[in-house]
Amino acid sequence: MSTESTSPVAAEAAKKPETQSLLGEGVEHGVIDHARAYVGRVRGGEMGALPALGGLLVLFAIFGASHEAFLTPRNMANLMTQAAPLVVLGMALVFVLLLGEIDLSAGVTFGVAMAVFVKYTQPDGLSWPVGLALAMGIGFAVGATIGFFVAKIGVPSFVVTLGLFLGLQGVILIVIGAGGTYRLIPEPIKAIQNSNMPVWGGWVLLVGLMALLVAVAMWDRWRRSKSGAPNGSLSIMFLKLGAIAVIGGALVVFLSVDRGSVNQAIAGVPIVVPLVLILGLIGTFVLDRTKFGRYIYAIGGNREAARRSGVNVTAVKWSAFIVCSSLAVVAGLLYVSRVGSADASTGREIVLSGVAAAVVGGVSLFGGRGRLMHAAVGALVIATIENGLGLLGFSAGATLAVSGGVLILAATVDALARRRSGGSTNS
Amino acid sequence: MNQPIIELKGVTKSFGPVNVLKGINFAAHAGRVTALVGDNGAGKSTLIKGLAGVQPYDGGEVLFEGKPVHLHHPREAARHGIEVVYQDLALCDNLDIVQNMFLGREEMAQGTFDEGRMEVEAAAALQSLSVKTVKSLKQKVASLSGGQRQTVAIARSVVKQAKVVILDEPTAALGVAQTEQVLNLVRRLADHGVAVIIISHNLQDVFQVADDISVLYLGTMTARVTAEGSNPDDVVGYITGTKTMEDVA
Ligand SMILES: Nc1ncnc2c1ncn2[C@@H]1O[C@H](COP(=O)(O)OP(=O)(O)O)[C@@H](O)[C@H]1O
Ligand SMILES: [Mg+2]
Repeated sequence: MSTESTSPVAAEAAKKPETQSLLGEGVEHGVIDHARAYVGRVRGGEMGALPALGGLLVLFAIFGASHEAFLTPRNMANLMTQAAPLVVLGMALVFVLLLGEIDLSAGVTFGVAMAVFVKYTQPDGLSWPVGLALAMGIGFAVGATIGFFVAKIGVPSFVVTLGLFLGLQGVILIVIGAGGTYRLIPEPIKAIQNSNMPVWGGWVLLVGLMALLVAVAMWDRWRRSKSGAPNGSLSIMFLKLGAIAVIGGALVVFLSVDRGSVNQAIAGVPIVVPLVLILGLIGTFVLDRTKFGRYIYAIGGNREAARRSGVNVTAVKWSAFIVCSSLAVVAGLLYVSRVGSADASTGREIVLSGVAAAVVGGVSLFGGRGRLMHAAVGALVIATIENGLGLLGFSAGATLAVSGGVLILAATVDALARRRSGGSTNS
Repeated sequence: MNQPIIELKGVTKSFGPVNVLKGINFAAHAGRVTALVGDNGAGKSTLIKGLAGVQPYDGGEVLFEGKPVHLHHPREAARHGIEVVYQDLALCDNLDIVQNMFLGREEMAQGTFDEGRMEVEAAAALQSLSVKTVKSLKQKVASLSGGQRQTVAIARSVVKQAKVVILDEPTAALGVAQTEQVLNLVRRLADHGVAVIIISHNLQDVFQVADDISVLYLGTMTARVTAEGSNPDDVVGYITGTKTMEDVA
């Protein structure tokens, strides 16, 4: 529709008192109103990341109290690098989970991509940018293949990606060779998970992030006023931004403390942090503010309604699988960067933790509900359990058992919240 | 009467050997509500799907504002301003009212959603239909009642500036009060100059809201009457095939 055809009507209608009241009630004005609306949403079953955030706080309290090393700058930096691959994998999966689909092969997809990358970037091999392009190409190709079978042919994604989960493990074996391990050679890739920004870099990052968030918020307000739509209260906006600034500032201060040994000082925000942050911001922008993102939600909510509204369901689904697999390869890069090598089992186990991260964070497996943020918080919860129990000397078995329990707990809290609100359990 | 917005002349449709539409004449006028009635299997949905471009006709002529058109695809129908309000499966529960009303035709500015403008236009559309039952535009559709959902679906066609709005059994699942509200909406939609086509089984509803009544019987149009010039008994006769009009076929 052209800009001119509708906006005069809208501008005219916006002046009428009836329209104003309808518009006005869509926006919460004061801090109290806002808080009340939020409580209403939570009571209505829209818990979002709230349980996971609460859980994260509880975990921090428990582990902080039971081991003096947990809340140290060194361990927090460690936790961030530990969580980073899972955060990115969780965010990747959100794109297909929102459609009501699943990608069980996301982990082995990055396994194949990393096997190829690490093997062919050995000292006598390809340069790392070429290897990286190859790895991303593999992600794209796997996503396109899944998309073809799911979106075009109509095979259930569970089956297609289960098949790939098995098949791609075979490919990894062929690439790596049974029992083989390749060391990661390219320095820039190693650096992602093993070096830190200079201390001032952390502050530049925080100031840059805040400037971006404020600019976007002001831009939105300006555009809304131009259309005659009311804006939410400024105090809420600054409250939210202030909270981000305070928490971010505290983290930067914390990570600026020297956490190295006597001979070598280590300080600064790990450089994986801005990387994950940028991916999250771009992904959130796509999901919240572009047609592609809106249509992912629409298809997840009601596929047929989306189709009848003119949404190209096949193309959107197909693209979402490509995004998922490509982002999974990025998760793989962070993974091998931390581990320092690739072998035949790379990526095999992590995919279910990725799905668990998304679900713990409040993403619905039935589609249509959830945000990237949720998967990130969920991934932090799972990484924190692993980190904390590890510090306390528990075995990997205990970590798995507790993570499993938390997953079921999170799903139960969600189901109960929705049942109490009388909402349907599957939307 | 003046020129109809949409006119069908001798439209046919078969599924294999079965002739479902056997040469149908039909018209809908701007500002009037045309009811399409007929028994189950008479061909009402098939007739509508042809207009929506979902299932093109085999033969006959479709005139849009007097000019022949080919409705071979839903996009084609949408381009001419023909909108269908389906009885079910029409809204996404997880999206809010504004998002649903603009689904598939979001207003963009600088590459991103122009949320403010969509909100204002959604409010204007609801207001133009004098909707009083919707409180907040930011409500998720999941939390709406059947009548409110039907209201949102109808308001969508206002946002899309539709010239022809087709409603397939809009009140079938609604209670008395909500049916009343939806019929009022249908009336106001027509008062805004839209040609409304409504399929209904309920003759009481039909006589309350319709200006014109067209009756399908086994794939032929057995009657085209005005609501004023007819009565429920006659229409029942046409529907069941015990009465026919000579001048329509
Ligand atoms: N896709 C189809 N294939 C075969 N027959 C169909 C198809 N669609 C409708 N029909 C037949 O056409 C006739 C009219 O159907 P329909 O238009 O749905 O009637 P109504 O909506 O008036 O109840 C019915 O006998 C139905 O079985
Ligand atoms: Mg029918």
